[in-house]
Amino acid sequence: MAQNLRSNRQVSVCLPCRAVGSRPASAPALLFLSLLTSALPARADYAVNLQTPATGLANQVYDLHTLIVWICFVIFIIVLVPMGVALVRHRKSAGHEPAKFHHNTLVEWIWTIIPVLILVSMAWPATQLVVQMKDTSKEDLTIKITGRQWKWEYEYLGDGIRFISNSATSNEQIAGKQQKNEHYLLEVDKPLVVPTGRKVRIVLTAADVIHTWWVPALGVKQDAIPGFIRDAWFKVEQPGTYRGQCAELCGVGHAYMPVVVEAVPPQQFATWMQDQKTQLAAAEEASGKTYSLDELKARGEKVYAANCAACHQPTGMGISGAFPALSGSKIATGDKAGHMDIVLHGKPGTAMAAFGPQLSNLDLAAVITYERNSWNNKVGDAVQPSEIAARKK
Amino acid sequence: MYTATATDTHGHDHEHAPTGIMRWIASTNHKDIGTLYLWFSLFMFFFAGTLAMMIRAELFQPGLQLFQPGFFNQLTTMHGLIMIFGAIMPALVGFANWQIPLMIGASDMAFPRMNNWSFWLLPAAGLLLISTFFVPGGSIGGGWTMYPPLFIQGGIGYDMAILSVHLMGISSIMGAINIITTVLNMRAPGMTLMKMPLFVWTWFITAFLLIAVMPVLACAITMLLTDRNFGTHFFDAAGGGDAVMYQHLFWFFGHPEVYIMILPAFGIISTIIPTFSRKPLFGYVSMVYAVASIAFLSFIVWAHHMFTTGMPVAGQLFFMYTTMLIAVPTGVKVFNWISTLWRGAITFETPMLFALAFVILFAIGGFSGLVLALVPVDIQLQDTYYVVAHFHYVLFSGSAMAIMGGVYYWLPKWTGHMYDERLGKIHFWLTAIAFNITFFPMHFLGLAGMPRRIPDYALQFADFNMIASIGGFLLGASQLLFLYTVVKCVRGGAPAPARPWDGADTLEWTLPSPAPYHSFVTPPLVK
Repeated sequence: MAQNLRSNRQVSVCLPCRAVGSRPASAPALLFLSLLTSALPARADYAVNLQTPATGLANQVYDLHTLIVWICFVIFIIVLVPMGVALVRHRKSAGHEPAKFHHNTLVEWIWTIIPVLILVSMAWPATQLVVQMKDTSKEDLTIKITGRQWKWEYEYLGDGIRFISNSATSNEQIAGKQQKNEHYLLEVDKPLVVPTGRKVRIVLTAADVIHTWWVPALGVKQDAIPGFIRDAWFKVEQPGTYRGQCAELCGVGHAYMPVVVEAVPPQQFATWMQDQKTQLAAAEEASGKTYSLDELKARGEKVYAANCAACHQPTGMGISGAFPALSGSKIATGDKAGHMDIVLHGKPGTAMAAFGPQLSNLDLAAVITYERNSWNNKVGDAVQPSEIAARKK
Repeated sequence: MYTATATDTHGHDHEHAPTGIMRWIASTNHKDIGTLYLWFSLFMFFFAGTLAMMIRAELFQPGLQLFQPGFFNQLTTMHGLIMIFGAIMPALVGFANWQIPLMIGASDMAFPRMNNWSFWLLPAAGLLLISTFFVPGGSIGGGWTMYPPLFIQGGIGYDMAILSVHLMGISSIMGAINIITTVLNMRAPGMTLMKMPLFVWTWFITAFLLIAVMPVLACAITMLLTDRNFGTHFFDAAGGGDAVMYQHLFWFFGHPEVYIMILPAFGIISTIIPTFSRKPLFGYVSMVYAVASIAFLSFIVWAHHMFTTGMPVAGQLFFMYTTMLIAVPTGVKVFNWISTLWRGAITFETPMLFALAFVILFAIGGFSGLVLALVPVDIQLQDTYYVVAHFHYVLFSGSAMAIMGGVYYWLPKWTGHMYDERLGKIHFWLTAIAFNITFFPMHFLGLAGMPRRIPDYALQFADFNMIASIGGFLLGASQLLFLYTVVKCVRGGAPAPARPWDGADTLEWTLPSPAPYHSFVTPPLVK
């Protein structure tokens, strides 16, 4: 059963040699678990340990954690045994007369010195690992990650590939109107794709508030902070899909900001890169065309759901006191230029982000058109990608 | 250890106590003010506890059932802020007010009028904080740590919360000044510093921590206030500011704050265990040094809350080493408590049950703290439920359970009645069991990768969350029994003798129960 319990469905890969099944799970955890599972139906979801590591670093973290938990467990037992003996044998009801002693300098020195030695033995492997984690030099590939409320932007530096990765979980699933699927809240529309066996350096920043990019199986968690560039690295050994979430509270969409990393063999990665470049060229071309109001509205609805609905709500009614309603708003029913400006440049000092650098001209045109012609808004005009391009200049 | 001749017979001209509502509003009596603090904290404990019940209700299943994410963030933020500033800290100050003068043989606190003012700031601050739920935009949802730039985004409620924390900070600073002055100047003849009960020592040291760090918090949140309203850019990168600087300032306050909430709890435990072991505290001197070392170390570990912000290697290593060092004095305390038990004549009254549970559960919280101290492991666990489990093991089964044990221990002295031992024991067992059902599974959730502060979670976390919620509801309901037992004891019960615990030897037990309105008007002589 313990084998089952340690499996974790969040990671869909099997590691060949260093299979986690052969590792001891943390002992106190298992003790507690055996108590727990005796009363409950056994299910595979009672994961009690760190996720199956997919990188060398994560593997070392896993081992370090196991070592520390064992040391703590042994010390805990050493502390509990005399306490238990005293509680049983030195009870007043058992007729025990209290002793009078109240200090012993030698003993007190011993139990001050020994913990120091134990701590040094813990600090040594931890120190080595810290130095490794911090060494982001000699990378094969650098990806810039920008945290935004509430999505991740990935940019392959030097290759011109840049895209936004949004949560792909539907509002119906969140509201319980639809069956939740296996990767509920841990799925995105466009994952970060990386090559296996290559040292990937990530540099992180944020556009609005602090976010934290975290993939447990990769052993990487790094804050993305506005105004700073931070870096970290990972080298994925096996192809697979690795899932994580934003870890730093970043507002109302904090729970809905998943990270998905897809590791593929280097050749497949090269093909993927080529595809992305082709798609980018196609998008560039699409922005030059003119679209009908209905075409723009249909596209805009999707863009709105992915980028705007978290604050302004799918109903366009916003949240009173926090996020303004778009339905009936002066900006969304006023002239095009003012509407375009606020979407392109945002509103400093509020949660309204500048979407100009985030979305394509076509998507911007579509979402603005959608906002002007949905709910109670019936302006009737369409904004074309060419108008966005002109307004950006 | 404390042999005192009770020369106090409270002369008749001091006997009259003011009556009616003015007794409480204008009180300068340390016992009345202590009582006010304790009732205030009990109210806030239930208020913030109700918020916790709402959190656990939403987290009972994945998906959004009861609350929208914005409101959920307000629940977690306010639960944390109110429990820390409204429940735990005022409760400990309540203990200080009641017990420090009684335990050092002083007639009152050194500054009785300031004492009154430090208390009466709190209801104002509490009211201001709670009323944020009713303003446009709602209460604060940026986490109790109030990190910018997120904190800059909120509505008027955020400014009200800043003002409220300012008021509570002023209250704490005045309380701390009062405690230090009282301890230094008003000890009974013969009570040297190294003869003071350990509870007094822990509060004495805690008061210095308060004076040192509360102004730092005040500065940090004032900078937030001006960033929000007056166009400054302390923490705004767009204006050349630095969001990480806020975290340094906050945790320079925040880490000592953790010890502000636990050191007096150590003091309570160090009072209860010798009493019910009928044996003097083992290693009194090393206990004092251990508390002082923890207090010192608390100033140089703050950045261990920030390992994922991306510090240089040297920074991470320094804060890892200093953090690990805290295990040494903490270990000394645990070893000393167990040595106090060793070869005693132990009985298991309710306060003792709480104290023993404290030793075991606080040790678990200490171990998880050690796990978190290691940078590489912390990077996996930072901002997960593992951290939530860790700080509830030190703050609930640490501070809160020590406070409950202390309440049962001193209720006979405060009220003149014995509490209902049977109800007290039931309350203890319900609390201890429900606490572990609630918080132990959170270690697993954190290890498996569940972030904290989320209203909704991936499906693999569902089972442990349901267990934690069931435990949480039981834990919340059990506290109603605590309220009932305390109220029952205040209203009546078997009359308490002057010294209901035969192993207790501190000065307060030389007074009749309930302690007279004015005590030690003539200082006792401590031999």
